[in-house]
Amino acid sequence: MELFLQQILTGLANGAIYACLALAVVMIYQAIDHFNFAQGEMAMFSTYICWSMIAVGIPYWVAFLLTIVISFAGGVAIERIIFKPIHNAPVLSHIVVFIGLLAIFNSLAGAIWDHTIKVFPSPFPDGSFNGLIGLHEIGMFFVTLILLGAIFCFFRFTRIGMAMQAAAANPDSAELVGIRVGWMLALGWGLAAAIGAVAGMMIAPIVFLDPNMMLGILLYGFAAAIVGGITSPGGAVAGGFLVGIIENLAGTYIPAIGSELKLTVALVLIVTVLLFKPNGLFGKSIVTRV
Amino acid sequence: MNTGRKLTLALAGIAAIGLVAGTAAAEKKYGPGVTDTNIKLGNTNPYSGPAAAYGTIGKAITAYFKKVNKEGGVNGRMIEFISLDDGYSPPKTKEQTRKLVEQEDVLLIFQGLGTPTNSAIHNYMNKKKVPQLFVATGATKWGDPENYPWTMGWQPSYQTEGKLFGAYILENVKDPKIGILFQNDDYGKDYVTGLKAKLGDKAATMIVAEESYEVTDPTINSQIIKLKSSGANVFFNVSTPKFAAQAIKKVRELNWDPLFLNNSVSNTVGSVYKPAGLENSKGIISLQYYMDPTSPETQETEAYKKWKAWMTEYNPDGDLLSSFNVFGYLAAQTMVQVLEQAGDNLTRENIMKEAANLNMEMDMLLPGVTIETSPTDFYPIEKMMPVQFDGERLVSIGEVVSAD
Repeated sequence: MELFLQQILTGLANGAIYACLALAVVMIYQAIDHFNFAQGEMAMFSTYICWSMIAVGIPYWVAFLLTIVISFAGGVAIERIIFKPIHNAPVLSHIVVFIGLLAIFNSLAGAIWDHTIKVFPSPFPDGSFNGLIGLHEIGMFFVTLILLGAIFCFFRFTRIGMAMQAAAANPDSAELVGIRVGWMLALGWGLAAAIGAVAGMMIAPIVFLDPNMMLGILLYGFAAAIVGGITSPGGAVAGGFLVGIIENLAGTYIPAIGSELKLTVALVLIVTVLLFKPNGLFGKSIVTRV
Repeated sequence: MNTGRKLTLALAGIAAIGLVAGTAAAEKKYGPGVTDTNIKLGNTNPYSGPAAAYGTIGKAITAYFKKVNKEGGVNGRMIEFISLDDGYSPPKTKEQTRKLVEQEDVLLIFQGLGTPTNSAIHNYMNKKKVPQLFVATGATKWGDPENYPWTMGWQPSYQTEGKLFGAYILENVKDPKIGILFQNDDYGKDYVTGLKAKLGDKAATMIVAEESYEVTDPTINSQIIKLKSSGANVFFNVSTPKFAAQAIKKVRELNWDPLFLNNSVSNTVGSVYKPAGLENSKGIISLQYYMDPTSPETQETEAYKKWKAWMTEYNPDGDLLSSFNVFGYLAAQTMVQVLEQAGDNLTRENIMKEAANLNMEMDMLLPGVTIETSPTDFYPIEKMMPVQFDGERLVSIGEVVSAD
């Protein structure tokens, strides 16, 4: 029983990691209608920026907020400088640029901060709850929920949030009703980068900060986003927790899977959901009139 | 008749002279890259790229040969050490090695660094019959004289270390129940194979849980929980630094208190024990075979003083705290020993024969650790000393353990 409880709680903790990044994935998808493969590396890079600030003595929360602002500006800059000129290029060109960005951020981080792991501080107290789950993991759980609430309100109740959705769903009509579509894209990039930064700063205390920190996590983040529904922030968070728990339970109780095939479970989940419920468990199905 | 006899005598005389000349020639037999005054050795090292930190070893070896040359060389011959940059990229290693063997005509390749890089030239070297000596990698495949008679490792292989941990457990733990965490690749499996080989029949009962992880796994928390719940009282950790640090943290967080054995891959204070928390890391046991230049006990020894003198004179830019500078110093001495033993018979065949005929001790090796090889044993170092982390540094906790 203790094993079962521990695996569930660890699954939730891992799920919080996936959910956090999945939120950034959903954000960018809402804005540009694509997956951004460099999302994880951008988050990692933001985390290093925060680490550097803390290393020179800036207090945690100041560095935390500054990092979010810097990441937002960085995201906007990437859209304006790199993606605006290729706006009308085919999807494949975009994907190549995503992968290029992934490699650039990864190598840059390695060159600037080297490859040895760094300790990243947690804003939450040390220790654990009865040895079952770390206090940082509990804190992160709530940060994910707060982030989710903020994103939900942004899209539901603010003009700019709705304008952004309109710009992504139907750029031409949006343009006609006076929405500046180009800037909506930039805003989406900025917000996704800012959410990614929060995700990075929450994840790093658990897995340690190194340039390859996000490579594996991004895969799970995608899985979470797809399982939950790529258009729904709430779905992505639920998807993250589901993937985390299913992965742990399958690894523990199905001997044929074991630890060796844990990653495979995540990938099988993606394929299954795409086969039977392409919009995800919680996603809206989108009907396009032709 | 008389003339006939004379002729015979003369012929015999000529034959005798020929024989003497023949033996004289046998005394000096040279392979490629060797002259009366010079021996050419080749090497590849990552002086650039992701593994550039290891380039320190190449520089240390170069510095050691400088010392040997200044003191008169090996049997009167100078060592010409050509060390090329391969950036830790296997195709580059192949290109540079070809250059060394086919253009530079080196006698042998010594201490090429890296598992993927050496794998790329493994077949080439054996087909060409050029010694690939004392490679700087812990993989197990370098000690296979039957199939690869021209290749030899140097440092203890992962499998050897696994065996040594097995020996340590058998000697020191009463009623062990072992839980293993290992990386799911050759490196991780080599350790497990070694451990099981040493435990023999008892492996099945002593090992109560084996959990693997993939390098893409974000955390290994789920695995640690399973290992704890298996009731293990010995935790054998075969993981790379990031996962090792995670494992240490999680074990303590779960209030699990096993005998913690840690593989040498992540036995570093700076990049594992410190990030995981020095207090959390207290009591962890690992194995070492050469002296730690940062420890105050080492700094008291004669061996360290000699090493430091060499460093200051020949490797002044080198870091006195870097264990890579000890590694290079020791590997280079092994090479010099082989060349000395080979005398004037410096063919590639004889180099391999002498490399497989070593029995030596060296200054900066831990007491009791020796370098021993034979025609059937291509694993030079098979003894290590157990050390324990006391919250600050690694302290010796007993005699060396041996793989046999």
